Amino acid sequence: MDKLIIDGIETTPDPNKTVLEVARELGIHIPTLCYHKSLTPYGACRICVVETIWKGRSRLHTACTYPAWEGEVKTNSEKVIRLRKSILALMLAEAPEAEEIKELAAEYGVEKTRFRPRKEKRNKKCIMCGLCVRVCHDVMGFGAIGFENRGYRREVTPPFETYSDVCTTCGACAFVCPTGAIDLKALSDKKVRPILSEFDRNLASRPCVHIPFPQAVPNIPVIDKEHCVYFKTGGCRVCETVCGPQAVDYQQKDQIVEEDVGAVVVATGFDTLPLADLGEYGYGKYPDVIDGLAFERLLSASGPTSGEVKRPSDGKVPKEVVFVQCAGSRDPEKYCPHCSKICCMYTAKHALLYKHRVHDGQPYIFYIDVRTGGKSYEEFYHRVSEQEGVPYIRGKVSKVFPDGDKLMVWGVDTLTAKKVEIAADLVVLATAMVPSQDSQKLFSILKLATDKDGFLSEAHPKLRPVESIISGFFLAGSAQGPRDIPETVAQASGAASKVIGLFSQEKLHHEPIVAVVDEDLCSGCKVCISVCPYDAREFDEEKGIVKVNELLCEGCGACVVACPSGATQQKNLTDDQIRQMVKAVLGE
Amino acid sequence: MFEPKIICFVCKWCTYAGADLAGTSRLTYSPNGVNIRFMCSSRLDPEHILWAFDRGADGVFVGGCHPGDCHYQDGNYKTLRRIELFQRVLKQFGLEDGRLRLEWISAAEGKRFAELMNEFAQQIRALGPLKLGSRKGGQDGGSAKREKED
Repeated sequence: MDKLIIDGIETTPDPNKTVLEVARELGIHIPTLCYHKSLTPYGACRICVVETIWKGRSRLHTACTYPAWEGEVKTNSEKVIRLRKSILALMLAEAPEAEEIKELAAEYGVEKTRFRPRKEKRNKKCIMCGLCVRVCHDVMGFGAIGFENRGYRREVTPPFETYSDVCTTCGACAFVCPTGAIDLKALSDKKVRPILSEFDRNLASRPCVHIPFPQAVPNIPVIDKEHCVYFKTGGCRVCETVCGPQAVDYQQKDQIVEEDVGAVVVATGFDTLPLADLGEYGYGKYPDVIDGLAFERLLSASGPTSGEVKRPSDGKVPKEVVFVQCAGSRDPEKYCPHCSKICCMYTAKHALLYKHRVHDGQPYIFYIDVRTGGKSYEEFYHRVSEQEGVPYIRGKVSKVFPDGDKLMVWGVDTLTAKKVEIAADLVVLATAMVPSQDSQKLFSILKLATDKDGFLSEAHPKLRPVESIISGFFLAGSAQGPRDIPETVAQASGAASKVIGLFSQEKLHHEPIVAVVDEDLCSGCKVCISVCPYDAREFDEEKGIVKVNELLCEGCGACVVACPSGATQQKNLTDDQIRQMVKAVLGE
Repeated sequence: MFEPKIICFVCKWCTYAGADLAGTSRLTYSPNGVNIRFMCSSRLDPEHILWAFDRGADGVFVGGCHPGDCHYQDGNYKTLRRIELFQRVLKQFGLEDGRLRLEWISAAEGKRFAELMNEFAQQIRALGPLKLGSRKGGQDGGSAKREKED
């Protein structure tokens, strides 16, 4: 095998690889600009130039295109450095406004260029490496941009310098550009829309391949099929080329997994009241009206602003923040009649954290009642309202509207019966908790009863709070009603213990009143199957009759009444027993 | 004074629990109605109502959960449909309007249960005893037939 020595390190390289690839595997740094793993090497920028020595002959080659074979390679020799300096001097003239080039040049001690910049060149950041053009054509398969003209008039542009229909504003060109020279808005008249991060409540953007949130289980990236270029046009596949362990699989599909289980814990959580529903607060209309979850992200050190409180519209630090509690909650006339329960505490926390982050900031809290039902909650509220001096204004906000770069908040203080006007920089709404989106569909599939607000109903409000009416189904978390973290943990533990309790029994117990079918009378008409709310009945094809699954039967008796042939009866509550009861009541 | 005999077919989860609450709240109400507990009002077969009238009941009261609150999801809707239709059948049999009444009473409505019991008893009292006498064979013939059935 041929031996290759790179900067004194001896290796036996794979002849299909380039010097650059081998050097990177060895941890040797070679600067690159026009190189991208998903593209065939092109050697346009020449910055990756290295000195190759073979049989005593020294030559200069671009590492990205030169195959790794026998000989010696020096990546940092005097010759190489001298050449890179010249290349950088040329690039400084070509792209005088490119910060990345200036930095790289400074690394090599190149401060000035002796070359004259092209006067006609429009894009003062572009180094003409062509990476964007190649990505657009070779990888994404669009070919929406290209080089026009030659020599001193050469530029990167869409054909005929007009907006191209082919361009989908996917952003690949801007992403790969080493000098940030691409302005998508100049290339296309289509709306450039970053993919907004759902976890960051649309306050930041996220890539197409992403991990939904840091604690996601399983903690592996997913491809957003809706935005992925590969799933739209078949192009791109960049993620596949950069993934070392080859873990990207485009063939993966949503699949239906069937499992036989003994119990189901329903913990579908909550959503906040939809944006459009809170018109008077301008929620969804004004960018600086946000909800509590978004403010939580602003406060988070791992959030979009790294924990600095900045308002979404212009990134300024808000000096006056109005917190509106019960935004949608406890409002039976218009929104939700229920109390969302967690807002009083998180609003107090938010106000406290805001004061600690922005020392000259002033929070205001509008409230109807402060409900501090929980251990040490009342003390915390007192700390915020008295020690920290956060003003609590008892009353509702009637309107939020923009006034210059401020938001005017109109409200009322019902304790002094005076109108309150606050010119705020940011408005944070404690939006109502509602059952999570689409959960109603799931509940109707599972045949779980819900209350008037759409939350799951428990079997008994006091004595069986974690069980559903239907045996085998257990409830946990805010799918059952608004609740905070400690309560959710307690309830989830309760539900888990109930499941274990169910499984540890030798035999399953059941109410004595269940439906039973007289096999001789049943005609197999299946009317009872359609009235059974629990799927406790199934048709026995062999015998041509309907059978009852006694474990699923909850004993409502609707099937008994529906049965046209009188074949169905309820054990321990037969028609005859009912007749005897009537007789006993009426005497004779 | 005429004291009507009333049979109340009630569901276990709402109306019966409401009646229980009326009792534990120590409310005084008309003793004419006697509850027969079903798991769900949808267990009530219209035939049961006929038996009650045939046996000599002057009124039949049916109690279920409020719409949407049924312990068995939609049993009370089934009851509603059945009773609505059955009211018409009863009319054809010659029974006065108001002998059969369907009400939704929740477990929390003990007071309402008591009020409805009073109201319904008063309603039946005003209607007077149920007369099925126009039937051939009369009351006695009917009784004889019933003995056989029982």
